Amino acid sequence: MKIIKTKDLVFEYIRRDEEGNVEGITTAVDHVDLDVNPGDFIAVLGHNGSGKSTLAKHFNAILTPTEGTVWVDGMETEDQEKIWDIRQRAGMVFQNPDNQIIGQVVEEDVGFGPENMGVPTKEIWERVEESLKAVGMYRYRKFAPNKLSGGQKQRVSIAGVLAMHPKCIVLDEPTAMLDPGGRKEVIRAVRALNDVERVTVILITHYMEEIIHADKVFVMDGGRIAMQGTPREIFSQVEKLKELRLDVPKVTLLAHELKKEGLPLPEGILTVKELVDTLDALRTGEDRWR
Amino acid sequence: MALILDHVTYEYGNGTELLVRALNDVSLVIPDGQFIGLIGHTGSGKSTLVQHLNGLLKPTSGNIYYNGEDIHDRDFSKKRLRSKVGLVFQYPEHQLFETDVFTDVCFGPKNLGLDKKEVQLRAFQALKQVGLPDDCFYQPPFDLSGGQKRRAAIAGVLAMKPEVLILDEPTAGLDPKGRDEILDLVASLRKENGMTVILVSHSMDDVAEYVDRIVVMNKGSVCYDDEPKQVFAHKEELEAIGLSVPQVTDIMHALKKAGWWSADTSVITIEEAKKEILRQLRKG
Repeated sequence: MKIIKTKDLVFEYIRRDEEGNVEGITTAVDHVDLDVNPGDFIAVLGHNGSGKSTLAKHFNAILTPTEGTVWVDGMETEDQEKIWDIRQRAGMVFQNPDNQIIGQVVEEDVGFGPENMGVPTKEIWERVEESLKAVGMYRYRKFAPNKLSGGQKQRVSIAGVLAMHPKCIVLDEPTAMLDPGGRKEVIRAVRALNDVERVTVILITHYMEEIIHADKVFVMDGGRIAMQGTPREIFSQVEKLKELRLDVPKVTLLAHELKKEGLPLPEGILTVKELVDTLDALRTGEDRWR
Repeated sequence: MALILDHVTYEYGNGTELLVRALNDVSLVIPDGQFIGLIGHTGSGKSTLVQHLNGLLKPTSGNIYYNGEDIHDRDFSKKRLRSKVGLVFQYPEHQLFETDVFTDVCFGPKNLGLDKKEVQLRAFQALKQVGLPDDCFYQPPFDLSGGQKRRAAIAGVLAMKPEVLILDEPTAGLDPKGRDEILDLVASLRKENGMTVILVSHSMDDVAEYVDRIVVMNKGSVCYDDEPKQVFAHKEELEAIGLSVPQVTDIMHALKKAGWWSADTSVITIEEAKKEILRQLRKG
């Protein structure tokens, strides 16, 4: 069974002027069909206003479809009775770390979710411990959240979701407000969840370097899925991405430019190591390039 | 004519156990017309530093001079300073508050006591400069896209005709194209108006291609202050303080490590890197 499935998903909202008169209708998500397999690492790209956050909010029933259907672990999100089950299965982490931490102490904050689910106290503590360990924040369990850096706060937010034992975690631009060090910490933690704990990850981001390890990438434009494929397939299409107001990692762009100059490089090089190894092979190889 | 910081230290929480020294003996000279990137990880003191430049914060010790005058002298006009040193905060679009974009941009110059005609002229020019389409001018700010709102907020500061423009993380939260557009806008504003520009960021990739000079902050002190190429030579040191070099520079460092050449690791742009790699390969 798919962990998340959408069929003909449409989400519209009505725009009103100051007097409350209807000005028009915006279609934020426009007939999206999407399948996510359990254990996948999915990335969603798209420019500002492309509909990716609106889409993500359907994955744990913050929004419900205007038309079409969304299933989370087999449950329809429109089924009001299932709403808490759905939110427990698919947890969400947002952009601003300061908006999603409520506890005075890190471990208390992480315990909030399972406590609300009525998990027995002893098990709450076990879950808090394992979740904080999974994101590398166990050492800080007694800290006040306001003493943590942005990256650390985001990892606590992730632990808070993890403690609810979700099958899937949706991260909506979790690194947008972080510095490079914080970004690396968070992405490392997310990858570990996916690799080690087999939690399905849906990562929404504007940073192209963060998604090179994804199993599959969806690119949104105008509420629709404009492109989908592996990171390599997506990043091979430099020009098309630029049209969609996106980018490719700098290393991919450099490889693309070198290829245009006639170097026999494959399309869609994703990491510095890959490029360096390929170039090195060219230099020392027998079929030396002139 | 310049901004000068002379041994500026700023502490808060004085007299409690929680004393924090947010700036530690910072001395900088910012000459007219320079384009400066101010880089540091979260909490390194860069925002505290820029809030000193237009007198929002007062140093615990040390002095700040604008065009030779101490900005904390009793007879120095803070109001005039703030019209000359314009500060665009993080997420400036959160500060749009008027019912339409044009009125919002008028707010700054109106407060300078200019006559109505001049105010409107300046607002119009500023909105033109940031490249907002005319039909946005009388829309509520909330109807604009994220990138447009940010432009409108920048226009609000430009309408004061500042000599120094400071932007705190102007690209945060924007998509890649939006990032390029804002940075190109800032570069062209600087070219057209001859302003001094200080760009606060934690992304080396953002500033590398644009600025003349990079000031790196760590723990309240300046740890590097040099041309971009010189600063990026310190890859390991920068990574140790939570920053990174541009990915292109990273590639050149990796190639060098792979025993490629006595190579030029000060390369910043894709274009330079391409030339350098081709040159090395052709040499065989």
